[in-house]
Amino acid sequence: MSTNLPTPLLEAKAVAKHFGGVKALRDVSLTIRRGEIYGLIGPNGAGKTTFFNCMTGLYVPDGGGFTFDGAPLVADAPQHAAARGIARTFQNIRLFGNMTALENVMVGRHVRTRAGIVGAMLNTPATRAEEAAIRQRAIELLHYVRIEERADDLAKNLSYGDQRRLEIARALATEPKLLCLDEPAAGMNATETEELRDLIEGIRHDGTTILLIEHDVKLVMGLCDRVAVLDYGALVIEDVPAVVQKDQRVIEAYLGA
Amino acid sequence: MSKWLNPRSFFGVTLITIALLGLPFVAAMGGQAWVRILDFAILYVFLALGLNIVVGYAGLLDLGYIAFYAVGAYTWALLASPHFGLHLPIWVILPIGAALACIAGVLLGSPTLKLRGDYLAIVTLGFGEIVRIFMNNLNAPVNITNGPQGITLIDPVAFGDFRFSGNTQIFGLTLSGPMKYYYLLVALAILVVIINLRLQNSRIGRAWQAIREDEIAAKAVGINTRNVKLLAFAMGASFGGIAGGVFAAMQGFVSPESFSLMESIMILAMVVLGGMGHIPGVILGAVLLSILPEALRYGVGPIQMALFGKMMVDPESLRMLVFGLALVLVMRFKPAGLWPSPERKRELGEKQAEVKA
Ligand SMILES: Nc1ncnc2c1ncn2[C@@H]1O[C@H](COP(=O)(O)OP(=O)(O)OP(=O)(O)O)[C@@H](O)[C@H]1O
Ligand SMILES: [Mg+2]
Repeated sequence: MSTNLPTPLLEAKAVAKHFGGVKALRDVSLTIRRGEIYGLIGPNGAGKTTFFNCMTGLYVPDGGGFTFDGAPLVADAPQHAAARGIARTFQNIRLFGNMTALENVMVGRHVRTRAGIVGAMLNTPATRAEEAAIRQRAIELLHYVRIEERADDLAKNLSYGDQRRLEIARALATEPKLLCLDEPAAGMNATETEELRDLIEGIRHDGTTILLIEHDVKLVMGLCDRVAVLDYGALVIEDVPAVVQKDQRVIEAYLGA
Repeated sequence: MSKWLNPRSFFGVTLITIALLGLPFVAAMGGQAWVRILDFAILYVFLALGLNIVVGYAGLLDLGYIAFYAVGAYTWALLASPHFGLHLPIWVILPIGAALACIAGVLLGSPTLKLRGDYLAIVTLGFGEIVRIFMNNLNAPVNITNGPQGITLIDPVAFGDFRFSGNTQIFGLTLSGPMKYYYLLVALAILVVIINLRLQNSRIGRAWQAIREDEIAAKAVGINTRNVKLLAFAMGASFGGIAGGVFAAMQGFVSPESFSLMESIMILAMVVLGGMGHIPGVILGAVLLSILPEALRYGVGPIQMALFGKMMVDPESLRMLVFGLALVLVMRFKPAGLWPSPERKRELGEKQAEVKA
């Protein structure tokens, strides 16, 4: 289905990153198509999170670069990545702990809204209207990820699973074209993982492309349209799950381990 | 809006208004010195709420806040005193003072943006000292600040012919200078409370809090952390500048001595002790910390005389001792501040429940 969509959403070209002697990424090139769920897997320390960080501007790649939605991504500028339409969650959940769940999602609207400091101080009608819209959208998103009854709780007091959902809601608030999830199922039980799977499919169904890092092989193979495998910072293979699962190199590097 | 029509809050607001209006008359019974203490309490409320934006909302530990106060005070002193023979009106000086303080805030902010916590505290501390030393030494080769002697005979606040110094008769009541300043300061403080409230629940205010909570996550959702932090510095500094102007006018005299590190620490203590980021807490902290030392100044001597019949300990050192002890006790037993925000209180309450379970 997705194979006949011609323009790719994201292209990584020979992205390289090293930390001292550690080559975390070795010339990784891959292509994410619009509307697909793209899996990124690999053993611990393979460079998956580093790839995310380079793409979202938290790290500056030492080589190569990204083209997103037809134009190059500026390195070293997370706020531009978000403005261009890339949102992410973090492997070790990063919420605004002392703010409520609702406020967390409202912060996500920052990049799509305009109100400045003068408008806020004067409480102008335009500011008030925008503020109401921000709140409204944030409530909708809490409903969307089904944690609306926790809206007024501090983010840090939510359960682990709810925190993961809240992080997704906050990311969705930025209206991303590409949503990047870094091990969203980590630490979840079977039921929670099943619910997460439904949520991810729903998000894709509503038009957002998804890049998924995940250790749960069953989840990845069942959910993703295509999968890329990293090992020691290098891309091993990029193909549909059925092919990836049978690949000898992958079995050696990862699945068989 | 409907919140104000509710009879209970209407009653509360009326009560607070009457209390605020009547307070200087009560204080005046103890002498004008007490009205002046009251004035300073309100001035500190203003300052602390300005610093609250930087420290409480944005989480940037600023130990040089007094520098902006100094900039505002010297702006007023230079533009409205015989020193340069300038006597500009308030609506010219205050905006200039606020703007200069704002520029100083951006100057301090830009090189320190990558720093956090302790490192930022040290740089801002240095900045505060630099400004004070500048004021101390800018009397040669060209005499700008008059050095350690300071600047005297500064114009009081005046709107047209209405001057804030000296007595005025209104409705058969005699209003002294400090009483008039009191009402001016209360008006300014109410303004800054409203601004704090509005900022707190605004797009920028949330961005500040987000940076305070997790800067990387804030970047990832598209907040330009550099600009937003600069904005916090600039806002806080502007408030400091305005407060400084009123201070200079009220005192009629400024000298570098008023802008020591101790002052910065005091204002920071007001914010932290009251309850960081929580407006009523910050107000409480400012009022307590500005009045308590004065009350001790007047109380410590007589109490010793009554108890021992002679002075056992120098009142000044005992005053600071009691004051320091009070601070330590509050931080030990109320770590979130005397009046923390409901969220913070709830969170501490939950922790206690966990311990019991
Ligand atoms: N900021 C950093 N400084 C130094 N080394 C780093 C840094 N970030 C990652 N690395 C190293 O780069 C390599 C790749 O790490 P990365 O976090 O990308 O792996 P990963 O595939 O996400 O692993 P995991 O499945 O454990 O999350 C590792 O060897 C790691 O130690
Ligand atoms: Mg990782």
